[in-house]
Amino acid sequence: MDGLNVRARVWKFPENVNTDQIIPNRAYYLSPEEQLPFIFDAMRPGWVDEMKNGDIIIAERNFGMGSSRPAARNLALLGVGCLVADNINGLFYRNSVNFGLPAIECSGVSDMFEEGQVAEVSFQDFTIRNIDTGESLTGREVPKSLLRILKAGGLYPLLEDEGMIALVE
Amino acid sequence: MGMTIIEKILTKAGGVPVKPGDLATVKVDVACLFDNNFMASVWRDVLHVEDPSKVVVVIDHRAPAAHVGSAHAHATARTFVEKFGIEHFHDIGYDQGICHVLMAEHGYARPGGVLLCSDSHTCSAGALNCAARGVGSPDMFYAVCKGETWFRVGETIRYELTGQLPHYAFMKDVFFKIAGEYGGHVSQNVEFGGPALGTLPIDARRTMATMGAELSAEFATFEPDDILFDYVKERTNVPFEPQIPDPDADYLDKREINLSEIRPLVALPDSVVNNSANVQDVAGTRLDQCFVGSCANGTFDDLSSVAQVLAGRRVARGTRFIITPGSQSIYRRALKAGIIEILMDAGAVVTNSTCGACGGGHMGIVGAGDTVITASTRNFKGRMGDPTAKIYMGSSATVAASAVEGAIADPTPYLS
Ligand code: SF4
Repeated sequence: MDGLNVRARVWKFPENVNTDQIIPNRAYYLSPEEQLPFIFDAMRPGWVDEMKNGDIIIAERNFGMGSSRPAARNLALLGVGCLVADNINGLFYRNSVNFGLPAIECSGVSDMFEEGQVAEVSFQDFTIRNIDTGESLTGREVPKSLLRILKAGGLYPLLEDEGMIALVE
Repeated sequence: MGMTIIEKILTKAGGVPVKPGDLATVKVDVACLFDNNFMASVWRDVLHVEDPSKVVVVIDHRAPAAHVGSAHAHATARTFVEKFGIEHFHDIGYDQGICHVLMAEHGYARPGGVLLCSDSHTCSAGALNCAARGVGSPDMFYAVCKGETWFRVGETIRYELTGQLPHYAFMKDVFFKIAGEYGGHVSQNVEFGGPALGTLPIDARRTMATMGAELSAEFATFEPDDILFDYVKERTNVPFEPQIPDPDADYLDKREINLSEIRPLVALPDSVVNNSANVQDVAGTRLDQCFVGSCANGTFDDLSSVAQVLAGRRVARGTRFIITPGSQSIYRRALKAGIIEILMDAGAVVTNSTCGACGGGHMGIVGAGDTVITASTRNFKGRMGDPTAKIYMGSSATVAASAVEGAIADPTPYLS
């Protein structure tokens, strides 16, 4: 599962980040690509331009509360390398796995990082390491069957392979 | 160690005993697709449907279409229904309604069953003793194509309901008490039961189960009883296997809620979690718009509590009151009962059944700086329209009393 491990810059987010902050209603009917500039535009204007491909989001409790809208897809499309939070809303967690956005819950992780530090996240032993301070914590294990979905890039590639849904041109 | 309701349902549906911390792979009894699934940016062309009789398709979030994007989604839904011969289709018309309301009304949600829909308030069917969960669109395609899904099994909090609600308090107020006192329930299940169940009609239970989404609970499930069995048997001949918790079930916590002590509460703007207040604390706050509707509060009982408050009165000048029944069948029932006439005579605007203003989709979108009180599900910033609007939440009776006064008001003096 090497493909999922990440080492990159950290961006910190507060508790209870909700899905409407990731996909506001006014972006909902646009194409996925057109929705990307709206990510966090109310709470962190300009962030989508500052962050770099592969960067890591470290958040406090209940990341992704709210609706089933494909907010995890948009973070994955934007290039977020991994989401680590003290805990993650259950519906958002499913969407992360099923849209192929690597995500781990790790109680206390938000206290271990300052924004701008570098984190290393392992999907073998589920440790999250702060490269700047040397501290580390172990997060909640991701079951093997979910790692398989994440590795495939989510459920859609799996369904495409089985001929269950059509390939997108 | 014994099992909670949800552990028993998932054990039966997956064929393997489950405990908290497990990943359960289970068969899905009902997969409900609704108009958002068919939006151009979400829809994937399905080539195989495992069992069309287990698929329900509902046009509800923007019904009738609010703009070209939704009209396109509705057309895609009709093509899909046609292609796979989906029998359970709720298009604009006689059987139109909000998907979670229809799940109960049409007997799709059956005790002991597993129900999926990619709307976060799917937990609504937990009132009918289902393992029902809002999922994402990939889960829905997976369930429609392959008939199964996965769940992480969490620990369960048991709410033991005792006493009886006073006539001026409602399940919404009970919810505000739980959300205000205990906050979020991330990765936990909530289970409701206890001696008060016999006093609670299915509509009231659905209000509570639906709001489980706002607690961020994995599942919200009620114990089954005769009231439920009668309700379901009136609606379907499909056999079902209800699940009750084992006497030695292992709960993370057990909490008693005495319904007799519940008073009218509200949620303050932006969140319903840890954000409750007594209605008196904010009484007098001027209102631009009032709304009663949604999968949680568009029930017949909600409409009749609103009618009780509005009978012989008028909505205050300068305040708009929009009422959206949860289904056309609730609308028809309220019409025959004379309720709609009372609402309209008072100056409320009664719309056709749809999600409408609840999701900020259409028919009642709020404007910049508006102050609103709503009996619906969610009050995030921007939820019902402009992000500068302040959204309070109350029971349907509290909203109705507030509409009469043009300001947040205690419904108690309006209810006999
Ligand atoms: S009524 Fe509101 S909460 Fe319920 S399904 Fe519709 S948009 Fe979602």
